Amino acid sequence: MVLYFLSLVLFVMGLYCLVAKKNIVKKIIGITIIEYSINLFLILIGYRRGGVAPILMKDMSVAELVERGVDPLPQALVLTSIVIGLGVLALMVGVCLRLYEKYKTFDMSEINRLRG
Amino acid sequence: MHDIEKEIRESKSGMTMIVKTIVRFAMGIIILFGAYIVLYGHLTPGGGFAGGVILACGYIILTLAFGKDIALRKLSDQGASIMDNSGALAFIVIGLLGYTGGYFFLNFIDHGKRFELFSGGIIPLCNIAIALKVTASLFAIFIALAIFGKFISGLVEEEE
Amino acid sequence: MQQYYPLFTAIPLAIAFVNLLITKINKRAGDYLALIATGVLAYMSIKMLFVGPFSYHVGGHLPPWGILLVSDGLSSLMLVVINVIAFLSIIFSLKYMTTYTAKPKYYSLFLLMVGGMNGVVITGDLFNLYVFLEIASIASYALVGFGCEKEELEASFKYMILGGVASTGVLFGIAFLYSITGTLNMPDMAMQLELVGINRAVAFVIALFVMGFGLKASSVPFHAWLPDAHPSAPAPISAMLSGVLIKALGVYTIMRIMFHVIGPNPLVSSIMMFLGALSMVVGGLLAIGQEDFKRMLAYSSISQIGYVMIALGLALNPGIGMMTKALAIVGALFHLVNHAVFKSLLFLCSGAVEYRTGTRDLGKLGGLIRKMPVTMTTCSIGSLSIAGLPPFNGFWSKLIIIMALLRAGYMVYGAIAILVGFITLAYFIKLQANVLFGKLPEAFSEVREAPFSMVLPLVILAILCVGLGIAYPFVETEMLRAAWDTLLDKAGFMNLLLGG
Repeated sequence: MVLYFLSLVLFVMGLYCLVAKKNIVKKIIGITIIEYSINLFLILIGYRRGGVAPILMKDMSVAELVERGVDPLPQALVLTSIVIGLGVLALMVGVCLRLYEKYKTFDMSEINRLRG
Repeated sequence: MHDIEKEIRESKSGMTMIVKTIVRFAMGIIILFGAYIVLYGHLTPGGGFAGGVILACGYIILTLAFGKDIALRKLSDQGASIMDNSGALAFIVIGLLGYTGGYFFLNFIDHGKRFELFSGGIIPLCNIAIALKVTASLFAIFIALAIFGKFISGLVEEEE
Repeated sequence: MQQYYPLFTAIPLAIAFVNLLITKINKRAGDYLALIATGVLAYMSIKMLFVGPFSYHVGGHLPPWGILLVSDGLSSLMLVVINVIAFLSIIFSLKYMTTYTAKPKYYSLFLLMVGGMNGVVITGDLFNLYVFLEIASIASYALVGFGCEKEELEASFKYMILGGVASTGVLFGIAFLYSITGTLNMPDMAMQLELVGINRAVAFVIALFVMGFGLKASSVPFHAWLPDAHPSAPAPISAMLSGVLIKALGVYTIMRIMFHVIGPNPLVSSIMMFLGALSMVVGGLLAIGQEDFKRMLAYSSISQIGYVMIALGLALNPGIGMMTKALAIVGALFHLVNHAVFKSLLFLCSGAVEYRTGTRDLGKLGGLIRKMPVTMTTCSIGSLSIAGLPPFNGFWSKLIIIMALLRAGYMVYGAIAILVGFITLAYFIKLQANVLFGKLPEAFSEVREAPFSMVLPLVILAILCVGLGIAYPFVETEMLRAAWDTLLDKAGFMNLLLGG
């Protein structure tokens, strides 16, 4: 339970970083922290105390794996979401560099040609 | 081939001699390890993405140690783009080939015996396709950001 | 036909990569590839309308283990909307995108976006839905910033940050649902959730989904990105984003999850009706003050999505009668289709105007009906139907929504809906007065009609506007009945798990 709570704390820290910081690089870091907190949460869902990695080894029967292995599905989901996160991150950094090239600043409060 | 070796040895770009020497030793091992992770992805932890990241890291280390001119000669940005697209395309083609058995992404190759390298049907093929895609696109992202980064740091110096 | 269902995502994704390879050899090939791919998809989606509900097991794996694709009335309707609009936008892009560089990359991103949206619509697996949602979103982030000028990059960055938060919210919700039910397959999950009921965890999931999908649908407290992002994109992309993307990623996903997975309940109903009413009013009022052609259209999108949301919220209330519920759903779906048609028409019109005159500022335009008669006639047809004048299509859908609201006894919401109808009329009169009529500025005396490849999609969309309005009884029975039956029939959706 404490661990679930800690992943929530991480989420809130990321959200704080996203909302309160003006520097767009820090905003990107905030988004990344949020993503990782959710990945952590997903992994924790599949966790079981004393479990083994969900990989069938030669010296292990299928029944034993079912009994002792952790849930493999969240791990697959986390891998997918890490890949997606990588794609978003790369695009964000690219746009961030382009923004610097145009505005000569990383400060979001000075990048304000649009009014929302 | 000999000319390139000579040029690499004499090139002034990149890091110091120590780094270059170690990278030259480590490079082969990194590529080998990446290939192992990819090819054994259906038996052990790893797979297309993890192996692809390791392979891309090999190229990135090469870029860091020798500078981007020499790394781009090993894998040019055009080459990376072609590799990237053909990897993704290969993955979809594998999925479409499943229609030979009536379903999209059907595992239509014989599954083979458990714990052998040639088993798992289409999964090793998918891993290879993904590894191609991931290697090329990560390297392309790195090169794009590095070139951009140079440009940006130039701007920063100009201001200062 | 059934066995080719996965091709709705496979074709656009494959062509996106083939396009990048082949345009290294021949620059012109990209035009034809994109045109053929979207044309084939549009044809396939129209054929899908006449195929009954079925489920498809990817890779032959049986559910709930394998990935399940679901086809029913709702997804067929959405597929038609997405693919037809995409085809028309590609025709428009042929000429329009010559003003930008890197056309091959544009087509690839466009096809990735279409593939992602088709994937969201056809999938029956919650995590799969998230993956396709992200594919479509990432492609749209890149497309918004395609021009690489100051405004475009800023809008793209804003959209990316907010969209990223929405996506993480959705993933969080999916993780919760997985921990509650132990499955990701949507029909299976619906069965498990019936046993659980609405407990606190499910209520939290509802909150996360309303936040996440509501942001993608740009309902009001989460709307800040839309008026920046949609005008900054190239015109065909604005048409896709406003006409289709917010519906496929936002409204459709809300419909699918709230009606079929979680099930109708009064909590979601009241939240969605409130958000819908808020979006209608705020979007409408902000639209009046805009001086930019595309920005006004973007605010109007927020307002019109409010109509769809309020009707869906009404239909989600289990306490009202079956007839009213059916009426609300017909209104919502019909307005969704109509909005896709006339909003993409108007955005493409703004693109045609910008292509010929080089400006989108309402103050600088005027009198263009003498110089660009066809474009401007279609533009006025679009404006009249969005403002809800009979006999155009917008009139019928708004009428049905308002009737449903009044029948259910929501007098205040009904009054707001009528009022916003008048506000809509007001700002489209302003648009007409500033663009179509008035004095023609000196600078535009040489302006000619837009090229044929740009006029053709405009005319087709305008004919659709009129046609959907006049042929309303036919549309209701032939197109919408299947979709509305689907939405009211949760048991039928769960039966799809058993093979359907």
